[in-house]
Amino acid sequence: MTQYLAAFVVGGLFALVGQLLFDLTNLSPGHVLSGFTALGGILAGLGLYDPLIKFAGAGATMPISSFGNSLAKGAIMEASKDGVVGVLTGMFELTSAGITAAIVIGFLASLVFNPKA
Amino acid sequence: MSTNQQVSPEQRRYQALAKKHTPKPPVLRHAVAAFIAGGLVSVVGQFLTNLYARLLHLTPDKAGNPAVATMILIGALLTGFGVYDRLARLAGAGLAVPVTGFANSIVAEALEFKREGLIYGVGGRMFTLAGAVIVYGVVTAFFVGLFKALVK
Amino acid sequence: MASGATLRARPAPRRIGKQTVQFENPPAIIATGTVVGPLEGKGPLGHLFDHVTEDELVGQKSFERAEQMMLQNAAYTALNKAGLTPEDMDYMLSGDLLNQLITSSFSALAVGVPVFGLYGACATSAEGLGLGAMLLDGGFANYVMVATASHNRTAERQYRYPNEYGFQRKPHAQRTATAAGAAILARSGEGPRVTIATTGKVVDRGIKDPYNVGAAMAPAAASTILTHLQDTGRRPQDYDLIATGDLALYGHRLLVELGRTEGGIDLEPVLDDCGLMLYGQDQEVGAGASGSGCSAAVTFASILKDMRDGRYKRVLVAATGALHSPCSFQQGEYIPTICHAVSLEV
Repeated sequence: MTQYLAAFVVGGLFALVGQLLFDLTNLSPGHVLSGFTALGGILAGLGLYDPLIKFAGAGATMPISSFGNSLAKGAIMEASKDGVVGVLTGMFELTSAGITAAIVIGFLASLVFNPKA
Repeated sequence: MSTNQQVSPEQRRYQALAKKHTPKPPVLRHAVAAFIAGGLVSVVGQFLTNLYARLLHLTPDKAGNPAVATMILIGALLTGFGVYDRLARLAGAGLAVPVTGFANSIVAEALEFKREGLIYGVGGRMFTLAGAVIVYGVVTAFFVGLFKALVK
Repeated sequence: MASGATLRARPAPRRIGKQTVQFENPPAIIATGTVVGPLEGKGPLGHLFDHVTEDELVGQKSFERAEQMMLQNAAYTALNKAGLTPEDMDYMLSGDLLNQLITSSFSALAVGVPVFGLYGACATSAEGLGLGAMLLDGGFANYVMVATASHNRTAERQYRYPNEYGFQRKPHAQRTATAAGAAILARSGEGPRVTIATTGKVVDRGIKDPYNVGAAMAPAAASTILTHLQDTGRRPQDYDLIATGDLALYGHRLLVELGRTEGGIDLEPVLDDCGLMLYGQDQEVGAGASGSGCSAAVTFASILKDMRDGRYKRVLVAATGALHSPCSFQQGEYIPTICHAVSLEV
């Protein structure tokens, strides 16, 4: 139960910060979400995102910052084995499930659905 | 966005006047709605993560992948049925920040431009919005990884 | 040199003031046709429009096609009501919001009338009425059709986001109306007359936010309305109604304030806005309506009817347009805006 509570609060806080950026600045959704993703990558570099996932579970894996974290983590992991080349080969190591799912599902959805009249 | 234009005193005066007459968004109501929606999405994600961990005998770490993929599917379906934009009007960032929002941006583009054909419409437009997220995620990760590889 | 001097010695006979022309034989608006979308049909003016579509697609394969069908339908409705055929039309003046005016061109292709394409964004209705009246009063035509349309779904995907994208509208955002209007202007005939036209200058007062077009356009409205009053020697109270075309709630308030501060006049008693008339307060459309079809449909269906019914004798339609493109605002440019005004009288 505490696991779900932590997920709810942390996931909610990510959204809350995003909302405040939408409402209190002139940043567009594109700016804010790109920023979140970049932030996830930076937190991964500082070794902070994994502890957050340990604490909040899906509260940290569901926000888009998790995508940035996974990209960076993949790059760092391969880099520790293969050096600089690993940065290139490891980039999509952990995110390929999400990206593949997004592309395939997006494509299939466009075949099935139409924009609402 | 470039901000290198000259602003005349007349423009500056009007900008101030327009600002006075432009309504503020209901920040508190939006914030509460975003918090609850973002929290609920994460709770669903947690439930899926636990479910996959149990069913597929995965570590919680690994179970996150199918959970994310499932959330993308859910986001895509809600977009296809024309529900996601309505919910997001209420939930704001609560449905923009989670990966379901990423799926929504991809499917919304693909649907909207399918009438321009499968190549330039669906294929070309799919990442019009989501592309920025991927680009800045990858560029950040590249430099973070490079730094780690060189500095270690 | 001599001919230049002669030209200067003979001022254009129908020009008054800086930006205004007064017609010798004011053309009459003899018939109109209006078609609106489902949400507009549920609004307070819903019963006044000739056709209300069942959905936004109107049985077509794309929203762009739907917009064209609505404009053609409005044109044919106006022709039917006037008892005229496309062959009777000397010119069609048509504009819309879509890139390269595709709605206007495909509709003109279908109707088959010689056409001038206009781009005045949401100011197209008044721009067309003014130019059409010039063609008629100048003796270049007997009948001119003025037509314009906008469509919520086509505008959303061109200017903003795909329709199914989930984002929160700002409270000052306006909704592009799904609406088409056509009017037939004639040298002679029954109907409210276009007596005076004031052409607007492009105005930029430093507003960048493409969701805040009402605020961006209010200075253009102020500029054209004040110039019109100066050129004609009229006062606001000489009009029963000054109808701006889609400043919506916050732009409307800004115009009232600009009238006071910049013109020293109180426009409020006679001022209303097409963007505020189209939707009801419970329709959740933000600050109000926008789109070139908005001022056309409201003017042609509601204001002209009130004039024929004797409720108004003299109305100034001051349609406002935001002339930015997705390219210009992404490059950080301010929003250029315009307002054209025509005086309608019975």
